Amino acid sequence: MAEYLLILVSTILVNNFVLVQFLGLCPFMGVSNKLETAMGMSFATTFVLTLSSVCAYLVFTYLLVPLDLAYLQTISFILVIAVVVQFTEMVVRKTSPLLYRVLGIFLPLITTNCAVLGVALLNIKKQNGFIESIMYGFGAALGFSLVLILFSAMRERIMFADVPKPFKGSAIGMITAGLMSLAFMGFAGLVNI
Amino acid sequence: MSLILSAIAALLGLALAFGALLGFAAIRFKVEGNPIVDQIDSLLPQTQCGQCGHPGCRPYAEGIASGEDINKCPPGGEATIQALADLLDVEPMSLDAEHGTEKAKQVAIIREDECIGCTKCIQACPVDAILGAAKHMHTVIESECTGCDLCVEPCPVDCIDMVEVDQGLSGWTWSAPQSTIIATDRKLAS
Repeated sequence: MAEYLLILVSTILVNNFVLVQFLGLCPFMGVSNKLETAMGMSFATTFVLTLSSVCAYLVFTYLLVPLDLAYLQTISFILVIAVVVQFTEMVVRKTSPLLYRVLGIFLPLITTNCAVLGVALLNIKKQNGFIESIMYGFGAALGFSLVLILFSAMRERIMFADVPKPFKGSAIGMITAGLMSLAFMGFAGLVNI
Repeated sequence: MSLILSAIAALLGLALAFGALLGFAAIRFKVEGNPIVDQIDSLLPQTQCGQCGHPGCRPYAEGIASGEDINKCPPGGEATIQALADLLDVEPMSLDAEHGTEKAKQVAIIREDECIGCTKCIQACPVDAILGAAKHMHTVIESECTGCDLCVEPCPVDCIDMVEVDQGLSGWTWSAPQSTIIATDRKLAS
């Protein structure tokens, strides 16, 4: 139990996927203009990341390893992620129109989020087990959500701040992201994994 | 050689399995949309006036798609009925007088010195074309007003007039030719 908690803390704070490992920067800069859309994106990413890390683990362990095809992991993980996203979109659309309206436009975007592929590949590299893979994916998604929501809240405030002209727009966004990354580096040494 | 073959077979199997899964999902979780509703909705005048008995144009479009009469839209008038009849391939009928008569395009004007700022017309407006706040004077954004006259009735001091739109010099255009042209001409014109 303590081990799983450790994985969660490690992926959320210490090895945060966005600010420490620099994965998934595209949605981090792209959909952080409004808090509301950032929340929608966070929910959708949490959902897809957890599910796809499990599926990728299953495909790797029960198909690629027995056939001695570990070198095919990248291409098959891309396939798995694309299918998981597509399938989830269809199911959500049918079963819950409300959820579809919240997540709808973000779901296809996540296919190309490199954090999703990154988590799947890192799971293999770290030789995580089944439950560990789930925790790792879920923690990565929580870390992504935390950072995205914090960042978008900050950007909403910055919109109304008196920013010098050369720094207006995405320039101040980049600087803010850099400062956040520095702050998150302070968590290094909290857990050793 | 066998290594390459097994790699190809594995990827092929994976792709086939996922393709089958998605194909199954596409049929099993199919969402029925009705494209005809969108087409009907685009022909309606979007006044959201509710004179047809529905709360807006889109619900009426859904009603038409499920077999309702097409002659319940006074703001659209004969032109809308004709267009709907063409789209749905039914006989055009004359406007149902029960739902109102066709009028020239109107806008609401608030006599501002009489307005008491009760905000009742703001709540009634289906297109948010009335501007104002409690105990302050209201006014109508004319370019947004669809002339549905839903705001006239709730006004406690009767300070809203429905005024026919004066086209003015800038808005004036040649009147369209009367529809006495024969069918082949109409095809050429479109």
